[in-house]
Amino acid sequence: MTIAPAQAELYREEKEELISGSEAIGIACALADVDVITAYPIRPYDTVMQYVSKLKADGVFDCDFIVAESEHSQFEIVKHASAVGARTFCGSSGVGWFYAFEAIAVTAGLRLPVVAMVGNRALDDPGAFGVEHNDALAVRDLGWMLYWVATAQEALDMALLAYKVAEDSRVFLPFALSCDGSFLTHSQAIVNVPTFEQVKQFLPDYDRGKLQLHPDNPITIAPQVNEDWLMEIRRQSDEAMRRSTNVIKEAYEEFKATFGRGDPSPFIEEYMTEDAEIMLVGMGTLALPARVAVRRMREQGKKVGFLRIKFFRPFASEEIQEALSKCKAVAVIDRDYSYGSPANGGVLFNEVRSAMYPATNHPHILNFIAGLGGREVLVRDINEIVDTTQRAIDTGKIEEETTWIAVRE
Amino acid sequence: MTTVQDLPQVRGVKNIPVQEGYTSGHRTCQGCESALVMRLMIKAAGPRTIVVGSTGCMYVANTTYYSTPWVVPWMHTQLGSSGSAATGTAAGLASQMRKGKMKNEPINVIAFCGDGGGADMGLSAVSAALQHDEYNLLILMYDNESYANTDIQVSGSSPWGANSTFSPPGKLHNIMNKRWKKNTAPMLAAGHPNCRYVATACGSYGLDFTNKIRRALTIGGPTFIHSIDPCPKGWDYDPKYSHELGMLAVETGIWVQYEIVDGEVILNGPTKAIANGIRKRKPVEDYLMRQGRFAHFTPDDLKMFQAKIDESWEKWWIPGIVPFHPESEA
Repeated sequence: MTIAPAQAELYREEKEELISGSEAIGIACALADVDVITAYPIRPYDTVMQYVSKLKADGVFDCDFIVAESEHSQFEIVKHASAVGARTFCGSSGVGWFYAFEAIAVTAGLRLPVVAMVGNRALDDPGAFGVEHNDALAVRDLGWMLYWVATAQEALDMALLAYKVAEDSRVFLPFALSCDGSFLTHSQAIVNVPTFEQVKQFLPDYDRGKLQLHPDNPITIAPQVNEDWLMEIRRQSDEAMRRSTNVIKEAYEEFKATFGRGDPSPFIEEYMTEDAEIMLVGMGTLALPARVAVRRMREQGKKVGFLRIKFFRPFASEEIQEALSKCKAVAVIDRDYSYGSPANGGVLFNEVRSAMYPATNHPHILNFIAGLGGREVLVRDINEIVDTTQRAIDTGKIEEETTWIAVRE
Repeated sequence: MTTVQDLPQVRGVKNIPVQEGYTSGHRTCQGCESALVMRLMIKAAGPRTIVVGSTGCMYVANTTYYSTPWVVPWMHTQLGSSGSAATGTAAGLASQMRKGKMKNEPINVIAFCGDGGGADMGLSAVSAALQHDEYNLLILMYDNESYANTDIQVSGSSPWGANSTFSPPGKLHNIMNKRWKKNTAPMLAAGHPNCRYVATACGSYGLDFTNKIRRALTIGGPTFIHSIDPCPKGWDYDPKYSHELGMLAVETGIWVQYEIVDGEVILNGPTKAIANGIRKRKPVEDYLMRQGRFAHFTPDDLKMFQAKIDESWEKWWIPGIVPFHPESEA
């Protein structure tokens, strides 16, 4: 394998750069020496493709960069490139992600390790550019690993981890990096950019093995199976997703050893949760206001902590149970909605509540819908959430299971 | 651009390669012309080929788990994805070869689609594929003039008036499909000036078909072939007449056989003889009345159909191909 000299030169030394979450993922693609990348414009994810195209234009990233004519084609192109053994990247946002839905479904069905970025965006109509999580969450049942990123550094790091896990033959499932629109995609932060050598040490070449479509290996992929075999094939995908948990743990330990950063767990992040009576739960950049609010409340003597769920798929039920069963009440903050669902709550809430059912100690679990359409979640919103949750502890009952925060009624 | 294989033109039907790439294991209907199209396609292309097939008869009837007829590597793609599948496969190979991750050698990439997948749902992806000059690929649209896999429903490539399960003649409306057949190949040729090769073909002319596949695979860049495939089930005729109906489609002037090579239009076979005045077009009735799907046609319907075909030969800028004409001087 030969790396373009300019590409190798650019990442010869470790450096710090002031970049957005999208740029961080673009750099990760160059570091991972991705072969085929497909783009189609939709805000806010497309900033990653603007960055990738510039890297390619400048000769510091050798990849086949294809501007597709739709999101559907974008995902179909990388799906087929992945089947012949190429490392691939693409992404989308909001309704664009939905336009590609057929291709997204079959990519998982075919067990192809495509890595995609979802710049989380509200679904039309009515139009809105801002973040909601319903776009990425829609694939939660299909066999995509789903990770919610909180910082630009994490975006770069997890993009590298995504390839490592997705391309592991024990898994061979696609991986989506969910990035909150604007708050992550367009916000700059200082990011430590590793070297090619470090990445090469961590990330082996993609080897499709005996599943590679090539004249030397004339296999037939995805023939009709019908009721004769589909259930067994579904079961294999299920096993792969189950196995991914350990593969993620292994890869994360290796990541920490190679790059010298990371949390105790790849699946969740706990912030001031020791002795917490109220636990806030959320995903993505919500962590920023949540951490500030928790810190201030701690200064006032309030026992509040924050649990960030990083992997939505696979869902780390046991770790989440353990983290939450010590407290008195849980407040799940959803940046999504699920009309008509149990408690008319959000998707995350219902997953957390379901995961808590087998736990021996049951805290109250309340749901808060906040920050839809990119509306900012403020520290005072978090305070209100904590106050409502405190009332449930004090009175011993939940007045309303689901509360919409900062909404004009 | 990666290099192409050496696939010389075949002189004489006896020189068509003996080696099969599409063998037993499929369960296409008796008399299925599309199955022959698949067989000829891969004979012409040879073993160093990857075939990607979009949803349709040639997916469902061909590839059943544990009994694939494909000797070459084959992969399914979605109904509207033949263009993207070809692009993705070619890009994946090209990228890995350029970067030294895969042995550098010419590998043919062929994606096929039916008329539903190509002329209807997948048109935008086919169009996009034809814009990528750097990838060598062929998109073959086998046109049996209906969604034949799902019970024969009318498509944008079905002939005017054809009976289908979505366009059955009834007490009030004798003609339910009022759309004239899409002129797909010329649309793609005209719309993609850099595409070096667009052709129409018919399995009834095996040698011509074989050579068209080879020209498409060796000229370089993305190419497109549109074949007309008589379908006993969808067209409602005795399966033994598939070849004959293919020939009648050409001889009546309803189907026009040609290649567009670097912008030059080359007519083939009977089409050329008709255009040169050596042969007369047969009446459309000879073709239409052999098929149950047109059995409900009234004499007026036949007259109207004939008039439309006459117009395409007499008024069109390039007869049977380009449906415009210059501004009249009068």
